[in-house]
Amino acid sequence: MPDFEPVLLKRINAKANPWLDAYRADGGYRGVTKALNEMTPAQVIDVVKNSGLRGRGGAGFPCGVKWTFLPKDHPGPIYLCVNADESEPCTFNNRILMEHDPHQVLEGILLASYATKASVAYVYLRYEYGVAYRNMQKAIDELYANNLLGKNILGKDFSLEVYLHRGAGAYICGEETGLIESLEGKRGWPRIKPPFPAVEGAFRKPTVVNNIETLACVTHVIDRGADWFKTIGIPPDPKNPRDAGSYGPKLYCISGHVNTPCCVELPLGITVRELVDRHGGGVWKGRKAKGCIPGGISMGMMTEAEFDTPLDFNGPGKVGCLGLGTAAVTVFDETTSIVDVLYNICRFFAHESCGQCTPCREGTGWMMKMLDRIRHGQGRKEDLEILDEVAKSIGIMPGTTICGLADGAGWPVKNAIAKFRPELEEYIRAGQKTTVALEMAH
Amino acid sequence: MAYLSEDLRQQILAYIPRYPSKQAVTLPALHIVHDAMRCVSHEAIREIAEMLDLSPAQVHDTMTFYQFFREENAPLGQTRLWVCRSLACGLRGGDALLETFCEKLHVEPGGTTKDGKITLEFAECLGACEGAPAVMVNDEHRHCVTAEKVDALIGELS
Repeated sequence: MPDFEPVLLKRINAKANPWLDAYRADGGYRGVTKALNEMTPAQVIDVVKNSGLRGRGGAGFPCGVKWTFLPKDHPGPIYLCVNADESEPCTFNNRILMEHDPHQVLEGILLASYATKASVAYVYLRYEYGVAYRNMQKAIDELYANNLLGKNILGKDFSLEVYLHRGAGAYICGEETGLIESLEGKRGWPRIKPPFPAVEGAFRKPTVVNNIETLACVTHVIDRGADWFKTIGIPPDPKNPRDAGSYGPKLYCISGHVNTPCCVELPLGITVRELVDRHGGGVWKGRKAKGCIPGGISMGMMTEAEFDTPLDFNGPGKVGCLGLGTAAVTVFDETTSIVDVLYNICRFFAHESCGQCTPCREGTGWMMKMLDRIRHGQGRKEDLEILDEVAKSIGIMPGTTICGLADGAGWPVKNAIAKFRPELEEYIRAGQKTTVALEMAH
Repeated sequence: MAYLSEDLRQQILAYIPRYPSKQAVTLPALHIVHDAMRCVSHEAIREIAEMLDLSPAQVHDTMTFYQFFREENAPLGQTRLWVCRSLACGLRGGDALLETFCEKLHVEPGGTTKDGKITLEFAECLGACEGAPAVMVNDEHRHCVTAEKVDALIGELS
């Protein structure tokens, strides 16, 4: 396969000037000019729909289709909520886009707002991204000064305000209705759906929630067209009529025990092995990989033997993972104890469960406590069955919670028990640390 | 006389036109007060509530959901130093790094040094995984903070 030429990271890899004049000199805002002069909002939606672009935030819902769920001929206001909360562990691609090429993201925000007739876009940005916050604000200021935001953009009948809204360190605010509640000034407790945000979202008005990388893709879809987008990635599986395909470029994050942790842009469908060996510089210290987290910690675990799995919207599910997620691959090497990896993951979810639904609040804490006990050599033979049962009984899928946080909390536990059972059993049986502890593995 | 300065009040009021509801200004207001005063006191909560036509209980409820904000019994020091303990950093020594900072600063996570210079915190994933183990100084990341860089960073912040 010839080397893929990056689209989203093109200017970033070239260390291009991030500000408006340079962005425009590189063809920036060409898509906005085209849309505003030559296309109706419905035509913009059609192009995005035809491109097959699916949401990059984790769920993979087709972006253009999501926009069509807004009520027709609504008197407004309609809101765009931009999900820049990026709190899934091991994921940092949105940060790189906002820090180094904010206008690429903002162009997508303008296009999405034009298409959906949104009059205000709120960018819900996690507090931890201070540089991204300041760079995005500077870029927004440039747009206001150049008639690309505010009233009658480029002299057309299209007005848009964009506001940055900083979070305060809560994972749950990346869930779209948790985000909306948080934006409204309340605790970030996810809402029961329906109503879906498209019908009743922020401030009880129709709302679209889109991820940063998705919007950056929209910029290029409008500029270059749906057909171009479909030349990248994986077409739908003809044997699966429900498959919407995995088109377009994807920003893959590689971290953990690799030689060169990085964010790299590749067509959807790259395998974990190619990511690790070619782009992550291989496993560090000349060791072998034991496994990885393929798409943020909520997507579960892969063993090294599963590294030939393609990371598209279908691949991870075929080896029992929850999905593509954020396509953030975190490798752990052969010396790493699965117990330590699991404890770290369970500690995260116990800390970040919002507390609204009892099965999640109690289940995540229970799993963490059990793992802590096991890791200290006090595991019991029956612990794995209890862990498995807890993991399987919390979440949207078993129908016990409002949002998917608990599904993501349970998945790595279920996967670990299914895929690394001998190691876990041996650890419990030996009653002591059988491998190098996580804290020591540096 | 108002507890919050006129400057802080104006900063908060400037956010109101951005949103169709005043309650949406809760988080911006908490950030403004917290940044300037290193905590959000009961009196500040009362005044924020008054400006936003809310009950103080509503502001307090939102504020305490986000463990980010400090109440007046535990104000922040001059610099808030966060050490990431999530998986990508954990695999490259994040937990040990946090322990090192605790030992060198003589504080537990959440605590502030005696001279009031540094508040140490653990963080869940900062989103700086390509630079693990990562820390955050206020709201800016520092990459690849290995044990030998700890003294220099503490010196810089002290």
